[in-house]
This record gives sequence, structure tokens and C-alpha cells, in this order.
Amino acid sequence: MEPILVLLHTEGDGALHKASLEALSVARALGCAFDVGLVGGNVNPALAQIAGCGARRVLALDGADFAVSRYSTDCPAAVALFQETLPAVVIAPCTARWQRSLPGAAARMGGAADTHLTGVALVDGEVEVSRWFYRQRIEATFRREQRPWFLLVEGGIRAPYSAQGYAPAIERLTLSVKPRTEVTGMIAPQGSTQTIRPEAELLLVAGAGWTKKQKDGAIHIEQAGKLILDLLANTNASLGSSKSLVDLSGEGHAVLPFLSHLNQVGQTGSTPRHPKGLATCCHGEEPHAVGWRFVQDRRAVNLDANCGWARGKADVVYVADAFAVMERLNALLAKR
Amino acid sequence: MTQPFHIVVCAGVAPDPLQTLEPVSGPQGPALKNEMMLPAVLDPWAAHALYEADHLAKAIPGSKVWLVSMSPKPKLQQVLMTMAQKVGFELVALDGPASGFADYLQVAHALAEAIEGIAGLQRDRLLLFGGWESAGRAAGTTLALVGERLGITEQFQAVDVLRVGDDGLLEIHERTDGGKHQVSLCGGPPALLGWATGNLPEPPNSPQTGMVNMRTLMPALQKARPVGVSGGLQFTGATLPKQQRATRVVKDASVDEIAAELAAWIRG
Repeated sequence: MEPILVLLHTEGDGALHKASLEALSVARALGCAFDVGLVGGNVNPALAQIAGCGARRVLALDGADFAVSRYSTDCPAAVALFQETLPAVVIAPCTARWQRSLPGAAARMGGAADTHLTGVALVDGEVEVSRWFYRQRIEATFRREQRPWFLLVEGGIRAPYSAQGYAPAIERLTLSVKPRTEVTGMIAPQGSTQTIRPEAELLLVAGAGWTKKQKDGAIHIEQAGKLILDLLANTNASLGSSKSLVDLSGEGHAVLPFLSHLNQVGQTGSTPRHPKGLATCCHGEEPHAVGWRFVQDRRAVNLDANCGWARGKADVVYVADAFAVMERLNALLAKR
Repeated sequence: MTQPFHIVVCAGVAPDPLQTLEPVSGPQGPALKNEMMLPAVLDPWAAHALYEADHLAKAIPGSKVWLVSMSPKPKLQQVLMTMAQKVGFELVALDGPASGFADYLQVAHALAEAIEGIAGLQRDRLLLFGGWESAGRAAGTTLALVGERLGITEQFQAVDVLRVGDDGLLEIHERTDGGKHQVSLCGGPPALLGWATGNLPEPPNSPQTGMVNMRTLMPALQKARPVGVSGGLQFTGATLPKQQRATRVVKDASVDEIAAELAAWIRG
């Protein structure tokens, strides 16, 4: 049984993201004593979310310096919380913010960090973790002797913690930082052009086939774009793309203008965790399909009955023209 | 006018993404079956970092690019024959494992030592580049540790954009959760940038660049210091995903039938 620190950061509104509450559940499931460390601009709203979690101590570093995600302030904040509690194991959500700063914090503490963990368990009294190697192609379990050990856990591996009872007492730390970096803002696509929605029920993946010549011998980029955006509007789905499609846009070809590298799913892109996934005009070969490792219910529309999806990678493959299917599907969904 | 940068790119070697990978047990833990026979590429994220480094060095006269890489020497040679045709760099090679299962702590230590040994490297002008993640370990931890060992306190990960202002400030766009970018202004080097994909396409081959690189590349490969990486992690298993779905292939349904089924599934 090793002492644990659960390290969480708040969002802009002071609340904890679902991934943070899931990380708290991971720590609780180990059955060891644990403390909670909070970092953020204002952590007060988060206290109600962790009420009754069983933490021995709840510590916080909050204030304007810690409101934004920034290595040069997050790293010392994590170190300060660590030094106050001296845990052997630190558990944190694998958010962009912690993934950026906690490996450095572990290094400053002479420890190690492992990210993208999909399992944390006590086996024979020792912490054992699992994660994927080679981009979701090989899953391995391992242990480390080195302490402190920072464990950054992926979302979705435990149900988020649900608060019970009263908010805990909090111990506030102070830390003086002089960052050389100023966070000046966020760039987010506006309104309907925001196509990446991590919380969406459905992932729609557009493959390179949308940009190829169709049965009339012509390319129909505008129609393809409209069909895809209409489906997103009708379903509030998140949009993914195969590498080949986003690379085409990077190379200056006139392809779907709303796709960027951020949409890329697969071997060199993201591995999202949507309950359902629909692949269109994507042949489903291994580099694409590894991005679907955590998509539970998978369907594909493809003209090739022998495409990669049909070889055990999807639950259902419809052999059909995606243009025609999407047009009809949009009409049906719009009637709702 | 902006002062020149000394850009060090850390880049590993990874199996070609199209290859089928199978784990086997080795004396040091898991390894890939026929690992030395698998065609390799420069890790895709690190390759983007190298393209960005080349682009930046060309934009700011006097800047210089070093490529620091640890990999089995024959594999590194094979990969660099291609990369050396595309961008200009000076190679610092380490002869060690390129395995995704190798512990990042020892890899980072070896890379940091190699960077510290680069003659003429001005640490106050240093931009440390690399991949935000990798095709092997995909952890985003190695570069951060190299940066810490070099005392770099300004670190940025998942970078897609770097702009250098006339005042020397670095404007950096980092990917963050939910498909957004965070914009930061950094006071200047030294800084670490772990690149996502950036925005530059793969550069075309240039025979002139290749010829310049070849003068230094082979001697650097011959001087590659052997690095052993062992221990650290105690693996208890490494397996391929077993889930093979019983795919239902719908061949003869009409467009209307397919659309109706999909609509019910989406609404379901």
C-alpha cells in the first residue's frame, strides 16, 4: 500500500472536468490512503465535486498564475503539492494540461511518469499499470520500482466520482512564480466549423474517397463537404479524418476546407473514445483502424466489400455509395 | 533583427506504419518480432519537427539544425538516406535501441548527454525540438525529461505553429483538449517545442541538400556511441488486441434501407 496523491486541475469555471473525476475514481478503487491536490485559477467550485471522496487532505494552489495551462507554472505547482504530501504514487488525468507538465514535475522529483494509462491495479500489493504501445497496436502491463511514479490515466476507464456529503476542508499553499511565457488566448473554430467534439456520441470519419472521382468521372468536393457537415449538424457528431485526407489539404489541394490535422484519427492522429463510429469512404487499413481502438460500436460505408473494415474491424459494413447513403440519411435525420 | 537559433531536433526511428507488428518476449522484456527486419521511418512526429526546424533555420540566417537520434546504427543509416535528401542538418548519432518498450528515462538521459556534448551549441539560443508523441512509446515523456535535464523551463507540447516576432518573442500554438489551440508568447530561447503535425508538407527531395548532408552523415554514424538501455520497467505482459469482430457485410440492400438502418442506429 503506497501513499497516493491525486493531482487535479480545474477548468476555466473552477470546476473539475469529467476526466479528473474519473482519475479520482481510479485512485479510490486502489483502496489506499490518498490526498488530493488541486491547481487552478479558482478551485472552490471543485470542492463540492469531490465531497466525500475520502481524501485525507485536500490541498490547493490557486490564483491567477495557475488559471492557465503553462509548463513554467504548472510544473512547479505540481512539485509544491508533491513536496507537501510526499506520495510514492501520483495519479492524474491524462489531459493536455497535465500531459504537458507532469512528466517534467516527475523528473524534478527524481521520479518517472507514464501517460495514456488504460488500467491501474494493485497486483500482489504492487501497482501494475497497462497502456498501449506502438499507437494502440500492442497492449502491455508493467510495473516500476522507481518512485515517485506519476500515473496519467486515460478517460473512460472508470466512472467519474459522484460527490456525497459535504465539501472537504482545504489547505491552501502559496507559491511565487515568474513565468517567461504569457498565455494570450485560445483559438477555437467558431460555431458550425467546430467539428471536434470529444463528448459526442458518434464519431464520423471521412476518408479520402470523398475527394476522388465518382461514378460520373468527376470530383464532387462541394457536395461531399455539404453532406458531411449536414450529418454533423443533424447528429452533433465529432468529425475525424484519415491521414491521407488531411495530408491532401496540407499539400494545397482543394479538398474539404473544414478538415485540419486536428481531425486526424489513426496511427499518426488521435484515438478518440466515442461510443459509436461511422466510417465513410475510408478503406479501414491498419493505420486508420488503430485510431478506432476505443470506439465501441463501429459501422462503415464503403464500395469495396473486401475493405479493411469488412475483415473484422467493423461490426457492420454497408457496401454502397456513401454519397447516396449520406444524402438519404441526412434527409431522414433532418425529419426528426 | 532576430538572433539566429541553435535548433536541436530529437528524433527516433519507428517501424513503417504499414507493417504488421507482433510482440515477442526478449531478454530485456517485450520486443517486436523480426524487429531488425522491419522497414523503418523517421518517427512521423519527429519528422514534422525536423521539417519545421529546417523551415525556421532557412528563415533566420545564421541558424543551425542538429539532429540527435538514438537507434540501431543500420536502421538509422537506412532512414537517414531518405531524410538527408530533404532537409539540412548535422547528425549526432547514438547507437541504441529504438524500441517503444525501452524505458524513456534512460533514453532521455542518453539524449541529454549527447546534446550537452555538441560542440559550439549555444544553450541561450537553443530551441529543442522533437515529436510531441511518437509511433513507438507514444507517451510524450522523453522530450520533457531531456528538456528538464538541460534546464529548459519553457516547454510546449503538441505544437502546430511557431512564429518568431521581430522582437524575438516566440508565438506558439499548442493543441489542447477539444480540438482547440492555446496561444502563448514566450520570451525567447531556450525553449522546448514538442511538435504535433505542424502545417508543413514533407519537403521534396533535393540532390544538393543530400550531397551536403552526406559529407557529415557517414562520419557521424561511424562515431555513434553505443548506448545500453535495460531495466527500469518490469513488463508482465504484452499482447496484440484480440478483439476480432464478426462483421456483417450488407451487400444487397438499397440506399433507402441502409439509410434507414443507420438512422435508427444513430438515434438508438
